[in-house]
Amino acid sequence: MTKTRKFLKNNIGFWFILLWLIGFCVFKAYPFLSSLYYSFTDYNLFKGITRFTLDNYKNVFVNPPERQALFITFKYAFMTVPLKLVAALFIAYILNFKLKGVNFFRTAYYIPSILGGSVAISVLWKALFNDDGLIRTAFGKIGIEAPHFFTDASWALFMICLLRVWQFGSAMVIFLAALKGVPEDLYEAAELDGAGKWTQFFHITVPLITPVIFYNLVTQLVQAFQEFNGPYIITKGGPLGGTTLMSLLIYNNAFTSYNMGKACAQAWVLFIILMIFTAIAFWSQKHWVFYQDDEGR
Amino acid sequence: MAKVNASVAETPEEIKRISEQQHRILVRNQRISATIRYIVLIVVGFFMVYPLIWMVGATFKTNNEIFTTLNPIPMHPTTKGYVDAMKSYGGNINIWRSMLNTYSYVIPEVILTVISSTLTAYGFARFKFKGHDIFFTLMMAMLFLPQVVLNVPQYLLYNKFGWVDSPLYLALIVPAAFATETYFIFMLIQFLRNIPKDMEEAAAIDGCNAMQTLLKIIVPMLMPAIVSCALFKFMWGSNNFLGPLLYVKTPAKYPATIFVKLSMDSDSGFNWNRVLATSLISIIPNICVFFAAQNQFVDGISAGGVKG
Repeated sequence: MTKTRKFLKNNIGFWFILLWLIGFCVFKAYPFLSSLYYSFTDYNLFKGITRFTLDNYKNVFVNPPERQALFITFKYAFMTVPLKLVAALFIAYILNFKLKGVNFFRTAYYIPSILGGSVAISVLWKALFNDDGLIRTAFGKIGIEAPHFFTDASWALFMICLLRVWQFGSAMVIFLAALKGVPEDLYEAAELDGAGKWTQFFHITVPLITPVIFYNLVTQLVQAFQEFNGPYIITKGGPLGGTTLMSLLIYNNAFTSYNMGKACAQAWVLFIILMIFTAIAFWSQKHWVFYQDDEGR
Repeated sequence: MAKVNASVAETPEEIKRISEQQHRILVRNQRISATIRYIVLIVVGFFMVYPLIWMVGATFKTNNEIFTTLNPIPMHPTTKGYVDAMKSYGGNINIWRSMLNTYSYVIPEVILTVISSTLTAYGFARFKFKGHDIFFTLMMAMLFLPQVVLNVPQYLLYNKFGWVDSPLYLALIVPAAFATETYFIFMLIQFLRNIPKDMEEAAAIDGCNAMQTLLKIIVPMLMPAIVSCALFKFMWGSNNFLGPLLYVKTPAKYPATIFVKLSMDSDSGFNWNRVLATSLISIIPNICVFFAAQNQFVDGISAGGVKG
């Protein structure tokens, strides 16, 4: 008794993280591991587990709907993330010149990403690009037949991407804060050496903010691979599964056909893919990310 | 030597003249590039803001007018969209009720998240204890654990607990009490690292225990970061769609996100001004919070990226 009391007294900090530790075990670790277990079973919400199987994993790579969803998820991520980062960095760079009204522009660019997660914005997107929506009607008036943005399979995914890219504001704010940290005298020195603005951008700005580029890259990648709201609300995964991203497929399997085992396996495949990309990003860090102090990380 | 000088500028006046000329060119170039920058900012800004402005205008348009013009200003302003938005779709749910539902779990979520995250961040940043490093690593690893892999097993777990469709929104509120938003812990630790420890040491000498030090010294200094956490949690919580979709099944308990989605499904195609008005009403609190606390949002989001 006294021994435990002494232990607890010497480890006061432990009390402060106790809530987190309980939360970690109950709401993170247990679900995480149980999901791995379920992924090797034919767990159905109503029938329970009848047998163990590897089919769930095999099917992800064999069944056409799963393969399509994987492919579309990649396509979505590789369109959205670079476009978003480039837009964010470009606008942040321009805003970083001491122009009048910077705060006004910063606000204007930031609003879409603050509100963007809400269902209301998905509704707005649908109103704009629906078959009878604003953009098609407006084009129709000047005699141009605009594409069927949400019902044409080749456009639907792009429009879902665009909704995300439109929300580049939060990445931009992060870049802007980083750009403010680039010492002014470096630019002045480069100016004296006759370096133009583009040279300065690629040889001073970009190298100095690579840690932040890296941070944005990883966070945006993680978000993109998990996108759910846009396709669920706007296109319901259609047309012909053309916007059924992995997260949507997982949702459908788990909560409309109640195949929990199958859904867990798909989630694990997505998770492993994400981990591979995160690992690649971390591993490649030493080749392109420049930390000013050695302990930085 | 003298010859070379002579060919460039002979007299002080000439030197002055040349430097003035260079100065003029420089000013002109700066003006041109500033103009280009403004043009880019305005053009891109237009595409950022236009949809939102159009949305506000469209809520005051008639359904006949709504898609016929790009002009956001209504020709025949009407409040019919708003009047209709107040009506219920049947059942005992309407826009006000659903917003009330939203905040009845978002506000407890915010409070519990802030408290549990602050405690955890303080524990990690200021104390050494057995297992500190292992726990810290696990905590940081949670930053990279995607929610998508947790959705299904968490549902199964909450189902066992009887939290699915609980009238008290237990599945949404309870996890918030256990510091499950790792990003906030991380952010608070980043801020804590920049707060010098002298005050705490002085407090300890004065006989404050760890909890008193936290409340009297740390919390006041950490307030800006705590406010940022609360604001982000408020935004994320009220925008949360998947959570309520999984855990709220009773129509009378639907939050605004679900209500807006349902109103779109049942009305789009013929009653867009109502749908858009409903959507806009549902995000007005978020818009107000954003404008009231813009700088906290910017500081909060910058903290993770810049210092991390």
